[in-house]
Amino acid sequence: MPEPPSHRLPEPDRPWMMRTYAGHSDARRSNELYRRNLEKGQTGLSIAFDLPTQTGYDPDHELAKGEVGKVGVSIAHKGDMETLLDGIPLDQMNTSMTINATAAWLLALYIVAAEDQGVPEDKLQGTTQNDILKEYLSRGTYAFPPGPSMRLIADTIAYTVEHVPKWNPINICSYHLQEAGATPVQEIAFTMCNAIAVLDAVKQRVPQELMGSVFGRISFFVNAGVRFIEEHAKLRAMATLWDELGRERYGVEDEKHRRLRYGVQVNSLGLTEAQPENNVYRIALEALAVTLGRNARARAIQLPAWNEALGLPRPWDQQWSLRLQQILAYETDLLEYPDIFEGSKVMDGLVSELLEGAREEMHRVAELGGAVEAVDYMKASLVESHRKRWQRIESGDQIAVGMNKFTSTEPSPLTAGADGGILVVDPEVEAERVRAVQSWRAERDQAAVDAALARLAETAQNDHENIMPVTIAAARAGATTGEWSQTLREAFGEYRAPTGVGDAVAGGSEDLAEVREEVERISEGLGRRLKFLVGKPGLDGHSNGAEQIAVRARDAGMDVVYEGIRLTPSQIATSAAQEGVHVIGLSILSGSHRELIPAVLDALREAGVADVPVVVGGIIPEADAAALREAGIAAVYTPKDWNLNGMMRDIISLVAERHGLQSAVGA
Amino acid sequence: MTSFRSSPNVTASRAPSALDPGRRVADGRELGRRLRDHDLTAASAALNLIESRAPDDREQARALLAEVSPAALGREAPAHIVGITGPPGVGKSSLLSRLVAHWRSRQRSVAVLAVDPSSRRSGGSLLGDRARIETDPRDREVFIRSTAAGSRLGGLAPATRAAADALAAAFDVVVIETVGVGQSETEVADAVDTVAVVVQPASGDVLQFLKAGIMEVPDVLVLTKTDLGAVATRAMADLRAALLALGASDTEVCAVSSVPPATGIAELAQALDAHRAALDLPDRRRTARRRHALENFAVEHGELGLRALGGRVQAERWLNGQDPDLDVPSLERALADRAESRG
Repeated sequence: MPEPPSHRLPEPDRPWMMRTYAGHSDARRSNELYRRNLEKGQTGLSIAFDLPTQTGYDPDHELAKGEVGKVGVSIAHKGDMETLLDGIPLDQMNTSMTINATAAWLLALYIVAAEDQGVPEDKLQGTTQNDILKEYLSRGTYAFPPGPSMRLIADTIAYTVEHVPKWNPINICSYHLQEAGATPVQEIAFTMCNAIAVLDAVKQRVPQELMGSVFGRISFFVNAGVRFIEEHAKLRAMATLWDELGRERYGVEDEKHRRLRYGVQVNSLGLTEAQPENNVYRIALEALAVTLGRNARARAIQLPAWNEALGLPRPWDQQWSLRLQQILAYETDLLEYPDIFEGSKVMDGLVSELLEGAREEMHRVAELGGAVEAVDYMKASLVESHRKRWQRIESGDQIAVGMNKFTSTEPSPLTAGADGGILVVDPEVEAERVRAVQSWRAERDQAAVDAALARLAETAQNDHENIMPVTIAAARAGATTGEWSQTLREAFGEYRAPTGVGDAVAGGSEDLAEVREEVERISEGLGRRLKFLVGKPGLDGHSNGAEQIAVRARDAGMDVVYEGIRLTPSQIATSAAQEGVHVIGLSILSGSHRELIPAVLDALREAGVADVPVVVGGIIPEADAAALREAGIAAVYTPKDWNLNGMMRDIISLVAERHGLQSAVGA
Repeated sequence: MTSFRSSPNVTASRAPSALDPGRRVADGRELGRRLRDHDLTAASAALNLIESRAPDDREQARALLAEVSPAALGREAPAHIVGITGPPGVGKSSLLSRLVAHWRSRQRSVAVLAVDPSSRRSGGSLLGDRARIETDPRDREVFIRSTAAGSRLGGLAPATRAAADALAAAFDVVVIETVGVGQSETEVADAVDTVAVVVQPASGDVLQFLKAGIMEVPDVLVLTKTDLGAVATRAMADLRAALLALGASDTEVCAVSSVPPATGIAELAQALDAHRAALDLPDRRRTARRRHALENFAVEHGELGLRALGGRVQAERWLNGQDPDLDVPSLERALADRAESRG
């Protein structure tokens, strides 16, 4: 038989795993969606949980208000998990769960649901995201302080390596770092430092001979932006560093164990609300970044939908993105060749450039004592990078087609429909879920649940015992997500991550200087410096926008009260009243604005500060925006309002107007 | 001739400026009365006034402070004013969360003035400190207000002392929280009854500052993070040894842990109370008020003003002869009058 030529593979590669990040409302509705998606040719599941599930609250908790079933499915106990996976054979399915603070719990529910199907845990395949450091840095769905969180991660790894050997217990994420503004160098370096922190913690909890398999089970979840050549180089650089780390730091001998395995969801940060149809091209180009070169190709891909900057995608929008993957894998010749970048001077040059930068940055984090100790540093670096990115967009140095250039457009037929081109979650879902969890609690064997939670509390206090077996026992007994989390909150304490805004460098531009002058003038008239409260009500942890507003307002000369994420309406109202602020800005991206904004307005009234003007920013459809203005919101901003200085002008003139001062700027 | 009066004697009528044709001015005397009657809902509006630099607001702020002055109260304001200070990252806010909870469990109302370390850039500031103090937002007897530190790390915001004086009439405990080491505690000491400096294990700088005399021995030393075990035991021993060498071995050292289950909080609260009980309160407050007035005067009128008073020492001596119950603005005005008559 003749040797195959070196520029062709003897036979094409198998396609990557194709998933869609999906789930909403309750288990029954999401199960229907999953079955339909699998029929369409999706090859794995990717479960999106709602924010209460991700942060460990039951649907009837005060903080869950407005968030139940919004950005994902609400799962409160094993009954929900069984319904969610009903009719999906778990011995064959490969399931990725985007779950972090409560990963140990959701994995336990999955194991128990599989038991129910008669599938033993050692047959299960899938991934729990389980990466807490990036939650502190970017995504915000943390629950416990760093120490105990790292222990939970180490425990799930130690448990799965032994009992669920085909499971990826952690998916270390660079994805959310890029969403928070990371440069490629920062993305690589912080992710690797994060991996080191995890591995060092696991090292204490598993025998050395298992470290090879532990290393081999660690996978990554990366991002890919539209600069797709450099993005591909980034992945090659990560593969090099990962191999190096395995060999040098952890003594992993098997080369297979040292291979970088990663899944990907491509960039959402660069998707625009303006001319949203253009996002389809962006997504396609970003998909190339993670598939073009065979040496650093993704194992699993999920693509965002074209309308993510508008609201939640509908099943059809997600289907459109799945079809893109299928065309790439089944119609193009992508999978027929060996690595197409081997020997490329450009690619090698880019990789070594990134490696050099990343090593330097990793060194800095190591000097600070590692990733856990360096959370403040990393967070501040991300906020700073994001600030610079935003400044480039505002100045026009970075072009976003349809947003800050080529803005004249025909009306888009895609958003012309009655639903505005997005999914709207049935508002009845929350009430249904509240009733459902309450009747679940009423009908189960309470004594068994109490005993299981008592064991859990005991184990939490004993650092030498693995938390997984008692967690699985609690799942089996019928405990709820909120109960499991509350037990651990009591044992471990609560935590607020750094906001990173304090250290961001002050920016300057001529335009800003003008705004600053106006702040000075109005402050003079007010008697004290214009004071601005930036608040994030609800469970949504996507704080990048709020952080950039806070930093810009500070740079414009305001006194800014920013308390970070996850505030209740009454916390926000109390702060506004006690701090004596002149204006309030609220940011919500989870779609819960219709419930939460009126709740904040009520709380402000109750606190006696109803006269303080409120503006709102977030992913807010126009119909909702009109309703909010009706309810008394002074202004609503969406991703198309990318000019922050313009927003500052509005805010200043709003304050001036309320205080009977003459403003020289703004609307 | 130079005028040393800080502002024209504005009374009820005022000419509206072009800039603020319709601005409402709060009634300082009324707010002062409400604070005196322990109406905690007056706190925020009172601070808005005290922080303001608008001439008519300042006049009202003076009226407010007069209402809560020892002269008006017939005694020193009853609150315990506590300063809590220390380097960044030692766990002051977690500690404060526990302390506030402790005081609340004993039905004592608490006001916290958090002086945020974030330095002003471009005039603006980011204030995020209140978030780190966990409280029940519906509890109306806890009040937290944050202000920017100003240009210096750990420095008091210009209005913080006046704010503490005002709130001391209404709340049971008033805390001034600042960040820094080596200088901030001295400044805080002038504004409070009891200073607690917070340190964590292995923070060698504090030990060095103490030994070198850069930092004065505080009323209470707090060692946090004692859940760290051996490191903490060692740190405790080092602190005690340093205090012994400084001849201050009777200084209370409290070891606390704020992670659950929190420990040492009740003991710390007790140590703070004990310090206050042993204090000659009128003397400490009077001294603080006089220093405060002179400082304000110096900021306003500079070297020229001090010279008109015959220099700082002369001015201090003169202040010592004044009515002990005078509030700060009255003392300031007296200084200005004196400078004017001598100048």
